[in-house]
Amino acid sequence: MDAKIACRRVWKLYGRDPEGFLAAHGGDPSDGAIVADGYIPAVRHASLEVFPGEILVIMGLSGSGKSTLVRCLSRLIEPTAGEVLFDGQDLLKVPARELIEIRRHKMGMVFQHFALLPHRTVLQNVAFPLEVQGVDRATREQRALEIIELVGLKGRDRYYPRELSGGQQQRVGIARSLAVEPDVWFLDEPFSALDPLIRREMQDEFLRLQTMLRKTIAFITHDFDEAIRLADRIAIMNEGRIVQIGTPEELVTRPADDYVANFTRDVAREKLLTIASVMQAPAVGQPVSDGTVRQTDKVADVARQIVGSELPLRVADDSDRIVGVVSRARVLDMLFSREPDSGG
Amino acid sequence: MAESAVPNGELALRRWVAGTGQSGLRVALFLVAPSVLVLALGPFLPDWLRIVPQEWSAPFVGWINAAVEILRREEIFGLFTFRDLTRAIANLIDYPLDFVEAILVAGFSESVPGLPWIAVTGLAIVLGWYLQGRQLGVIAGICFAYMAIFGKWELSMVTLSVVLVAAPIAGAIGVALGIAAYKRRWFETVLWPILNVMQALPHFSYMIPVAIFIGIGHKAGTIATIIFAFPVMARLTLLGLKGVSPEVREAGTMAGCTKRQMLWKVELPAARPTLMVGVNQVIMLCLAMVVLASFVGAKGLGHDLLNRLRSLWIGQALEIGVVIVFMAIILDRLSQAWARKEPEHMREGPFHVRHPFLTAGAAVVVVSYVMAAFVPALQLWPKSLSITTAPLWDALIDDIIVYAFDYLELIKDTLLVHVLIPMRDLYLMLPWSALLVFAVTLGWYYGGWQVAGIQALFALYLAFAGFWERTLITAYMVSFAVIVCVIIGSIVGIWAAAGPRRTKVVELILDTFQTFPSFIYLIPAIMLFSVNDFAAIMAIVIYATIPTTRLTIFGLRMVPHDIVEAAITSGCTPRQVLWKVRMPLAFPAIMLGINQTIMYALFMVVIAAFIGTTDLGQEIFRSKADNNAGKSLVVGLCIAFMGLMADQLINAWARERKKLLGLE
Repeated sequence: MDAKIACRRVWKLYGRDPEGFLAAHGGDPSDGAIVADGYIPAVRHASLEVFPGEILVIMGLSGSGKSTLVRCLSRLIEPTAGEVLFDGQDLLKVPARELIEIRRHKMGMVFQHFALLPHRTVLQNVAFPLEVQGVDRATREQRALEIIELVGLKGRDRYYPRELSGGQQQRVGIARSLAVEPDVWFLDEPFSALDPLIRREMQDEFLRLQTMLRKTIAFITHDFDEAIRLADRIAIMNEGRIVQIGTPEELVTRPADDYVANFTRDVAREKLLTIASVMQAPAVGQPVSDGTVRQTDKVADVARQIVGSELPLRVADDSDRIVGVVSRARVLDMLFSREPDSGG
Repeated sequence: MAESAVPNGELALRRWVAGTGQSGLRVALFLVAPSVLVLALGPFLPDWLRIVPQEWSAPFVGWINAAVEILRREEIFGLFTFRDLTRAIANLIDYPLDFVEAILVAGFSESVPGLPWIAVTGLAIVLGWYLQGRQLGVIAGICFAYMAIFGKWELSMVTLSVVLVAAPIAGAIGVALGIAAYKRRWFETVLWPILNVMQALPHFSYMIPVAIFIGIGHKAGTIATIIFAFPVMARLTLLGLKGVSPEVREAGTMAGCTKRQMLWKVELPAARPTLMVGVNQVIMLCLAMVVLASFVGAKGLGHDLLNRLRSLWIGQALEIGVVIVFMAIILDRLSQAWARKEPEHMREGPFHVRHPFLTAGAAVVVVSYVMAAFVPALQLWPKSLSITTAPLWDALIDDIIVYAFDYLELIKDTLLVHVLIPMRDLYLMLPWSALLVFAVTLGWYYGGWQVAGIQALFALYLAFAGFWERTLITAYMVSFAVIVCVIIGSIVGIWAAAGPRRTKVVELILDTFQTFPSFIYLIPAIMLFSVNDFAAIMAIVIYATIPTTRLTIFGLRMVPHDIVEAAITSGCTPRQVLWKVRMPLAFPAIMLGINQTIMYALFMVVIAAFIGTTDLGQEIFRSKADNNAGKSLVVGLCIAFMGLMADQLINAWARERKKLLGLE
C-alpha cells in the first residue's frame, strides 16, 4: 500500500544559512558540527510514512521537534531539506496557489489551544474553511451544522467560543478541521490543554469519529498513555530525531534505546501485550490443560483464566492451530516483575 | 542582552563592575564617578567642553528653514509648489468638517437646521446604553445636557465635530501604516524609530510646520490633530498584529486563506482588543490636541479657554475647563465600552426587535425635530436661560487670594529662594561633556554598545543644537517636578495598594484625571500662583504625578501572592513585607511609571511655557510667533531627545532588572 503522506530525510535547522550549511556537510552534518556553527536543529533527518486510514502518533517531550515535524508535513514550516510526499507528489515543489487548494480540500488541522476566532460563533468558525473557499452561505452553514452535530455540539451553533468550556471549544476546533472533509488530518496535542477527565472523554470521542471517518492521521502528543490508547503506530522523537517507529507492542517489547525504554517502563503491559509475546513453544509430552487462548488475546483479558489453571493453556492462532503454550508462571512474571522479559 | 555575544574583555569588565558582595558601591563608583569627575573639573575645563560655542553649533535651524523655503517657493512639482499640494489636500478636509459640523449644530441652511441639542443628548444616551448599559447612558445624557444648559453647546459641538472627523482619519492612517509595517520588515525598521520620536515630540512642534504649509485656521488645527494622533494607532496596530497567536494564524493557513483573507478575516479580527485600545487613545489624543490646536486657530472650546486664560478670567476659564473635562470623560467611557463590547446574539423578530437601539436612535431624532419645531429652546438652549457659575468661581478665587495669598506667597518664595534657584544655578553649571560621559556609561552598562551609541547621538544633538542653556533650564524644571511627582506618587500609590477598596477608588480618580487634556491642568496652577515658573512647575506636578502613582499601585499589586504569603509566614511585620518584599519586586514597574512621568513632564513643560517660563517651551512659543518652523522643530527635537534618553536608559535598566527577578 502506498503512503498517503510521507516525508524523507527532512531537516529543519535554524541559523544564519541553514541550506548552505547542510549542503557543505553533504546533507548530514554531525551533532558536533551543528553546535559548533551555532545552528539549532529542530528536526534532523526524519523519515516516516502514514498509510491511508492509519493513526500515526508522533510522540516526544517538549522541544523534541514533533510540532515542527508535523508542520513540515503540512508545510506550515518550510523544511530546510528533504521531501514531503502527499499522494506521491512532492509538496515542497508545489506552487503557493496550488498549496492553498490542497489545504482547502485535503488537509485539516486541530491545534493545542484551539485557535478559534473569538469574533465568530461556533457555526461561523466551523464554516470558516468553506467560507474562504467561496462556498455559498446556505451550503456552508448546512455542512457546518452537520459536522457540529457529528462532534456532539448540536444546539450550540450560535454560541461564541468564550461561552464554551475547553472541551467544547476543542470540539469546535475538530469540527472546523473536518468541515472540508479532508483526507489527511493533523492533530497537534489536541487534548493537552484539557483536564484529565475531559481528555479521556475526548480521546473516546476521537476514536469514535475515526471508526466512522477513516481519515489518515498524524497525531502529536507528549503523553505516552494517550499515544498507546490511540495509535496504530507510534513514532518517538528525541532531540529532533525519530528514534523509533513501531506498534505500541513493538515499542514495549523491543525498545530501540534507553530513551524509548524510559517511556515504556511504567506502561500497563498486560493491557498492551498479546499472549503471543509471553507464550512458549509447546514441548513434547508436556501436560496441558483443556483450555485454549488465542495468541492475539490481550494478556489482561485472559489472565484470570491462565492464573486460575494449574496446567499451562494451549495457544491457538487465527486458524485454530496450536502454536504454543502459556503457563501461570509466565503471566505472573510478566504482571509483577515488570522486567522486559518476554521470550516466546 | 546575550552575554555570549559580548567580547571577553568587555564581559570581564562588566563582571568586575557588577562584582559580588559590595556590588552596589562598585556600580555607583564606576557609573557615577566619571561624570562626577567631569562635573568637578567643570570650572577647569576649556569653555568649549562646557558649552558648545555658538559658531560651532550645527545650523540645524537654518537648514530646516532653507528646506522649508524651497518647499514653499520652488515649484518642485513643475506647475505648483509643495505648499500648494499640502494646501490642496488640506482643503479636502473642509468637506467632512463642514458636514459633521452642519449635522451637529450649524445646520445646512435656514430651512434645514442641525440636530437639536436634545437629539444629540438623546443619541448619546442611546449609544451609552447600547455600548454598556443604562448607567453609561445616564452619564452620557448628563454630560451633554450640561454642555447645553451651561451655554457651551455650540463650542462643544464644534470641538466634538473636529474629534469626530480627525479620529477616524488618524485611525485609518495609523492602521494602514501598521499593516504596511507588519507586511514589510524594512518598513517596520524605518517606521518604528520615527513613531518613537513623533510620540515624544511635544504638541506644539507639530503646529508650526502645519501652520506654514497649511496656514492658520480651523482646518490647520484639524490637520495638526490628525498628525498628532495617528502614530499611536500605527504602533498599536503593529503590536496587535504581531501579538496574534501563531496557532490562530496557522489555523487560517490550514483553512486555505489567501494573504488577503488572512489579514481581513483572521489577523485583524484577532487583534481587535489591541486595536480598540488604539481607538480609545486616538480619540483622547484628538481631544487633547484639538484643545491645544486653538493656538493655530482651531475653533471650539480650546479657543475660548485660551482667550479667557490670556485675559486671566479664571472663573470663565474654569467653566470651559469643566466642559472639556466632561467631554473627555464621556468620550473615554464610550470608547472604552465599545472596546469591551463583545459580539452579541441577535434576537429573532421584526426589525425593531432585532435592532432595538437603531430604532430608538431614529425615534429620538424624529421626535426631537418635531418637538424642537414647536419649542425653540429644545433646538438651541437660549442664552438667557444659560446658567453660569463663573462669578461664583471668581468670588471663590478672590477669597482664596485674600485669605491665603500670604501663605501661598510664602510657600512659593521659600521654595524659590532655597530650592529652585540654587538648583537651577547648579544645573546651569553642568557641562555638556559631563552629560555625554554620564549617558554613555549608563547606556553601555545597561544596554551595551548600541544603547550607548544612541545615547551619545542624543547627547551630542542636545549640545550642538544651539539651545544648551535652555535645555538645562528645562531639565531643571522637569527634574524638580519629577522628584516631587515621585514622592507624592509613591506615597499615594503605597497607600492605595494596601487594600482593594482603596485601589479601586484611587484608580478611578486616576483614570478620570488621565483623560483630561493637559491644557486643563494650567487652570488651577494659574488660579493659585498666577503666572510664573512656580505655577508652571505646579501644573507639571499635578499632571505628571498620575503615571507614577498608577504604576506604583500596579507594581505592588502584581507581586505574586505566594511570595507575600511566604514573607508573612517567615515572620515579617507588615512594614517588612512592604519594604523587603513588595517594594523591591515592584520597583521595575515603578521605574516605568517614573519614565512616563518624565515624558508627561516634558510635554507639560512646553504647554506651561504659555504662562511664562524661560525654558525650551518658551523658545517653541516664540518660534510660533515668528513662524520659525526650523527653530520649532529643532527645539521640539531637543525635548523629544531628552525624553527618549531617559526612556531608553530606564527601559534598558528595567528589562535587566526584570530578567534578574524572573518577572518576565
